[in-house]
Amino acid sequence: MKQGPSRRTPLFHIAKRDRMRPAAAWGVRVGAFVLALLLNALFVWCVVRVDPLTFYRTMLRGAFGSSSYLWATFKATAKLLCIAVALAPAFKMRFWNIGAEGQVLIGGMAAAFVMYHYTSLPTPVLFLLMIVCSLLAGGIWGLIPAFFKAKLNTNETLFTLMMNYIATQIVLYFYNEWRGIRSALGMLNSSTKVGWFSSLWGGTSDGSLLQNEDFWFIVIVAVLTVLMYFYLRSTKHGYEIAVVGESGNTARYAGIHVNKVLLRTMILSGAICGFCGFLTVSSQSHTISSEMAGGYGFTAIIVAWLSKFNTFTMAGVALLIVALEKGAALMSNTYGTLGFSAPAADVMVGVMLLVVIGSEFFIQYRVMRSHAGKEAETV
Amino acid sequence: MSEPNCTVIRLQNVTKTFGDVVANHDITMEIRSGEILSLLGENGSGKTTLMNLLAGIYYPDSGDIFVRGERVSIRSPQDAHRLGIGMIHQHFKLVEVFTPVENIVLGLREPYNPAAAEKKIGEICRTYGFSLDLKCRVRDMSVSQKQTLEIVKALYRGAEILILDEPTAVLTPQESDKLFEVLRNMRRDGKAVVIITHKLHEVLSVSDRVAILRKGEYIDTVETAKATEQSLTEMMVGKRVELNIERPPVERREKRLQVAHLSCRGRDGVTALSDVSFEAYGGEILGIAGISGCGQKELLESIAGLQKTEPGSEILYTGPDGKTESLLGKSAKQIRALGVSLSFVPEDRLGMGLVGGMGMTENMLLRHYAEGRSPLTRTRPSRQLAEKVRTDLEVVTPSLRTPVRRLSGGNVQKVLVGREIASEPAVLMTAYAVRGLDINTSYTIYRLLNEQKRKGVAVLYVGEDLDVLLALCDRILVLCGGRVTGVVDAAGTTKEEIGYLMTKQNGTEADAV
Amino acid sequence: MIWTNILGWVQQAVPFAAFLALAALGELLTEKAGSLNLGTPGTMCVGASAGFITVYSYCNAVEEPSVVLILLISLGSSFLAATLLGLLYSFFTVSLRINQNVVGLVLTIFGCGLAEFLSYYFVKSESGNVRCEAAFRVFTAKIPFLSEKLGWFSELFFRYGFMLYVTIAAVILLSLFFYHTRAGLHLRAVGENPGTADAAGISVTKYRYLASSLGAGLVGMAGLFCVMEFKSGAWSTADVYTLEAFGWLAVALVIFALWKPLNLLWGSLIFGFCYWAYVYLPQLLGVTVSTDLMRMLPYVITILVLILVNLRRHKGDQGPAALGLSYFREER
Repeated sequence: MKQGPSRRTPLFHIAKRDRMRPAAAWGVRVGAFVLALLLNALFVWCVVRVDPLTFYRTMLRGAFGSSSYLWATFKATAKLLCIAVALAPAFKMRFWNIGAEGQVLIGGMAAAFVMYHYTSLPTPVLFLLMIVCSLLAGGIWGLIPAFFKAKLNTNETLFTLMMNYIATQIVLYFYNEWRGIRSALGMLNSSTKVGWFSSLWGGTSDGSLLQNEDFWFIVIVAVLTVLMYFYLRSTKHGYEIAVVGESGNTARYAGIHVNKVLLRTMILSGAICGFCGFLTVSSQSHTISSEMAGGYGFTAIIVAWLSKFNTFTMAGVALLIVALEKGAALMSNTYGTLGFSAPAADVMVGVMLLVVIGSEFFIQYRVMRSHAGKEAETV
Repeated sequence: MSEPNCTVIRLQNVTKTFGDVVANHDITMEIRSGEILSLLGENGSGKTTLMNLLAGIYYPDSGDIFVRGERVSIRSPQDAHRLGIGMIHQHFKLVEVFTPVENIVLGLREPYNPAAAEKKIGEICRTYGFSLDLKCRVRDMSVSQKQTLEIVKALYRGAEILILDEPTAVLTPQESDKLFEVLRNMRRDGKAVVIITHKLHEVLSVSDRVAILRKGEYIDTVETAKATEQSLTEMMVGKRVELNIERPPVERREKRLQVAHLSCRGRDGVTALSDVSFEAYGGEILGIAGISGCGQKELLESIAGLQKTEPGSEILYTGPDGKTESLLGKSAKQIRALGVSLSFVPEDRLGMGLVGGMGMTENMLLRHYAEGRSPLTRTRPSRQLAEKVRTDLEVVTPSLRTPVRRLSGGNVQKVLVGREIASEPAVLMTAYAVRGLDINTSYTIYRLLNEQKRKGVAVLYVGEDLDVLLALCDRILVLCGGRVTGVVDAAGTTKEEIGYLMTKQNGTEADAV
Repeated sequence: MIWTNILGWVQQAVPFAAFLALAALGELLTEKAGSLNLGTPGTMCVGASAGFITVYSYCNAVEEPSVVLILLISLGSSFLAATLLGLLYSFFTVSLRINQNVVGLVLTIFGCGLAEFLSYYFVKSESGNVRCEAAFRVFTAKIPFLSEKLGWFSELFFRYGFMLYVTIAAVILLSLFFYHTRAGLHLRAVGENPGTADAAGISVTKYRYLASSLGAGLVGMAGLFCVMEFKSGAWSTADVYTLEAFGWLAVALVIFALWKPLNLLWGSLIFGFCYWAYVYLPQLLGVTVSTDLMRMLPYVITILVLILVNLRRHKGDQGPAALGLSYFREER
């Protein structure tokens, strides 16, 4: 047969996979994870000539090696997971909420505002007010882009992105207002401990788990994770979110009010982010700063995306990322003088994420060698 | 330029299949320069697929294509361009924010010179009598202007063979006449023009020859001068095939639905239904026939509460208890809340009737998930229902949790129909219920519909295969261009009569209820 | 007094606007082809650190650094490093078809970390700021005659380094490219409707790769520009955070400019005036404004623009129609 005029057959042919067995898919992901570990080991070797075995051992120790390392790892995991859990319903609805960072900030800001200004309130009332305000603030921060998406179909990615920096600037404003002429704000109510988790058991700690702020932070996030799992899986709301995410037409067919679900879900997503801000302020930082969310608002997006809306998977992915970060932190403590500085953690996390998200391609698509005789169908 | 009336394209034993479906089977035909050829056939007869083979969209499984006597292989639209073949698809390939000139020169390798291009475009327009405003943006153009632009684009690229896919479907009669005038000018200029259509009057008024396809088979090519509407219809729909579909006699006939003066607009604001009135009775299957896109979808969606209707419309439902409710302006949920048991099997199974990413169990929930006061969904009944549908209708699926998107077309439809029937409806509406299904599954669907009919359900069956409509339905309502052109008794009519009603032009004898 | 203040405001705002406009120009080029690269902040950091590190090393290594080499080395390495990041973005989003938002965010995390890491590693400064005086002088050199002899005209228009004029030229050139060349037409078609472009024989892959890579290169150069101009040739690892914030501001500016290059020129000026308002407004009008709230303004007006554009429902004002979407021919 005469060849078509100047149409070269490509070397590879890509087709969408019908499906991949979950086991195989996880195999690909684990393979990617291992590859990323190897790449990171190579990176470390190039920088400080530390052999891979020592490297992995240090990494493991930095993440899980002692009780204080373990606490730090779980605390950070809880925070990252909390934001990812907040994003889960929005992502399941196929709404790109890039604004988690801002929603956490504004929620934390609201909580801090209450604890800064209403120090005389009885503790239960104060906490209730802090929680309600942080939920409201985060919820509103989520609602605004959702409202304009529903009414005018504005681009939610760009909108929520902008909302982040408005929140950042608001926090900076209050930070500088409250700081006054001091060089740094420091912890709020550091003498009275008003609004701190620890004020719930009298401000001092007897060292037990029940009087550990971090413990309660982790417990609350764990409960949230389970609740969100069942919210998405077993409730009518969760069902509606799933249908709207799959197809707006099907949702209409089923009598679902698409815009109502959109607004409700974004309020929820923002409110949980706001709640995370409250948890951070009340149990961890006891103050505000524009770094309150610590970039986890963005990392959580990747966690949520990789986990495909399953909150338990999110816990695993979040733990992996944080462990990598904490391990790298110890690495930089140990080898900092040799040039392995703290930011290397971000590089390593970046490499890991790039490799793992890249592996999704091999789960979604099939790459085939094109045979000379085979026709490239464009059906 | 080719000499007038010589063969420019010859298709030789061309076959194209999609999975199990044979779209074109062993087709041999010719296209000549200096003439307008109509490619006539019902929906699904394979006209568009055949022409897409020439336009480089599809590649034939077997058979040869000759252009000007030389065997060619057309693997991409660019290959088609190089051979001088231009096709105007129903969905225009235009960039909305660009100007017409920008769209026309898009992808060409010649130096970029809008002024020169504009001049050349002007010449083309003058030669063939197009009127095209080059100063506006495509997004501000009407559908007919966009079509003109597509044609000019093809000519600008040196197309000698022009294929138009149902060009008049989106045009007003005046615009159609203008288009035909242009096509005649092209014929005079020695171009080969092919129009894909199912409108007989157009065929007769504009074309020189007519090629007829039926169910993927090539029937014949005849000189238009020697053809009549009667003869063409016969060739297009074929002799009536006796199908082994049961038609149980109508027993109790109770009025369930009364639709009066129903009008609505489609998504693009064009009138989709105008002044449709009819009644549907329990214990009867009412067939709805028509060329696709004549308002069938909007009709069913209006009744199901998914389509906004124009003022003056009326949709009344009378339940088995004799209570009458108006369904107008109510959402699907509100209709259900009234206690109206209305089931709907939409045309777009995975995009509307089912959630592709969910399993059978979760899909059973779709229409009833909101029932009850509990905030939780009740999965047990839907799992039982899924199990029942799976065994009763012999749905082949690895598990009830397997996303239905992964099932075969027939199984997808069984899941959908099974769910809709399970809610014991008083009215059951189906749109193209057997499209793309194999024979066995189709018969399963017919059997299910007849069961519903025996139970006293009012069944609305939108179909495209006239043989099936004649064999299965009790009465057939024919739509053409959003109007009812007739309601006939299925037992006492012929395929030709329905075919004639389907292609009857707007306004001639409309409102015949 | 008033004149001095206005002049001061302008002289601060213009360079600020210039590097912002250059970064936004890079992102705009990327977005015109339909790729929303949220890795812009990371790219900017990488460009800045790569450019600074190399030129700093060069200046320390030789006695008399040559002007030409300073320019070549600094701009070249920032462009190259950023382009590599852009290539990575293209590979993931175009070839591997991974979601653009996800890839962009990862690249921001990765890029910011990498920039900080590289600075530590190569500049090895515990004391924070490191300055490269020679490079700073090159980047802020004024045009001899024009910058002095024309009175207020010189003060207003010619008191800036050459990069400002390069940026203006780049904006104009890119605008000409988009609207008056065939390649520009094809690039826009890819961003508007990749399906149609593909059918017309335009390689979506090629255009997206090129746009993202070269766009990232511009963003990287903007990063270096920012260090030389805004940071007066000094660099510390903490500047990564500043640059990251400017990177997001550049993304906002693209929206604010409604995806039209020429709008970047005045749009960036508005952002620049907002940024510096806290210094000059009190002196000019006697009102004290919060620095932080003023710096919020660019984002607020960008959101307002986003809303207004959708209110008007005027398609030409909105971004490229296929922005953010992967293209896969076989998916229809």
